[in-house]
Amino acid sequence: MENMRPEDIVGEYQEYELTYYDGTSRKVLVTDIETPYPDGKLIVSRTDTAGIITHVNQAFVDMSGYTREELIGQPHYILRHPDMPRAAFKDLWDTVQSGKKWEGYVKNLRKDGGYYLVFASVLPNIRDGKIVGYTSVRRKPSREKMEEALRLYAKMREDENA
Amino acid sequence: MTYQMTVSPDFSPQHIAGWYIFNTWLQKNLGLDIHLELYHDFESQRASIQADTVDIIYANPFDASMLIREKHFEALVRPLGKVDEVVIAVPANSPVNQVEDLQPGIRLAFTDDPNVHLVGMIMLEPANLSRENMNMQMVSSYAVAAKKLLRGEADAAIFLKEAFDDLSNLTRRELKPIVESQISDIFHALLVGPRLVDKAETIRRLLLSMSETPQGKSVLIALGIDGWASVDKEDAEFMIDLMDAIQ
Ligand SMILES: Cc1cc2nc3c(=O)[nH]c(=O)nc-3n(C[C@H](O)[C@H](O)[C@H](O)COP(=O)(O)O)c2cc1C
Repeated sequence: MENMRPEDIVGEYQEYELTYYDGTSRKVLVTDIETPYPDGKLIVSRTDTAGIITHVNQAFVDMSGYTREELIGQPHYILRHPDMPRAAFKDLWDTVQSGKKWEGYVKNLRKDGGYYLVFASVLPNIRDGKIVGYTSVRRKPSREKMEEALRLYAKMREDENA
Repeated sequence: MTYQMTVSPDFSPQHIAGWYIFNTWLQKNLGLDIHLELYHDFESQRASIQADTVDIIYANPFDASMLIREKHFEALVRPLGKVDEVVIAVPANSPVNQVEDLQPGIRLAFTDDPNVHLVGMIMLEPANLSRENMNMQMVSSYAVAAKKLLRGEADAAIFLKEAFDDLSNLTRRELKPIVESQISDIFHALLVGPRLVDKAETIRRLLLSMSETPQGKSVLIALGIDGWASVDKEDAEFMIDLMDAIQ
């Protein structure tokens, strides 16, 4: 995946190098500007079994800052924020690949370097007994629970980097 | 044989006659005997579904999930341009202006409409509210929920948006919506059960062309819908995955 570009970024940013599960890596540019979660909306996406995005709804497009064309066909880690611990996503994948639903708090990275906070549910799409893809639905999180999760993630990141 | 048709009890009361007219039209056009049975609460309709007496149902999204996954029903069509959205409202004079202003301990009025309740509860989560820290008051209809707010017997209430919009102007003026869902992927659908699955395609085609005849058109007007849109297997599965995700 291409590096994030300074001309797309709004505000002052810091640079990080992220390495993804498939061994690829890219430069991400990160600001501390939050885009508030819109009331009453659900952010929906679907992927194939490898985590490649196949469907996004309008709320997903609006919140991520990418166009629909930029998202379809990309790995879902396009939204991975450097503040998120690896272990959270390992747990996500282990859970959904075993056929169960995963739920958790996630900080997502926008195209403009900012972030948005969600409570996400990810589940396998089971058709005729087989997993054919995954669906994720995000909703507005409880502020209190979100902050608790972010504190935990910061600690997990420290341990992962130790 | 006589087939049974039923309608999700959250249908708007103005359209009861419409469903009888629709049933007459359907019987005539299909050459089948269909009996319309309207249940006034979700519980008695569920019992009938469990007893496998239902063959055609205009189902809310929540029951549609169960019917398709567990009872081998097939979704045919959905009302054109109509989606299930949810409103949370408070009395107009309440100091509450947004969900985050609501505090634990509030009295929440809600109906037993399962998907409306589900979406409503999700919209209360940002304020850290759940059934554990609210005073939950189940009521028999949206009109009663509105009355509770007006009389000061509830602090907030969950409404199906359509039902909220159908309240009288006088009532609505006394209420303040603080949040409205914008999901657009959740909808009611017309489903057929195993005894009618072999006629599914015929019924779907009939419904899709309904707005093309003057008679079909007048039936649609009685139902309060503009027409039907086809729902295929994957459309229905997608909606069920979505409902499962937020449960
Ligand atoms: C349906 C689905 C939705 C996902 N949504 C997100 C998301 O919103 N943000 C995110 O960072 N990762 C999401 N993931 C996880 C990513 O696939 C990926 O595991 C994660 O970004 C971490 O990257 P890595 O696995 O390469 O370390 C999702 C996965 C699936 C299957």
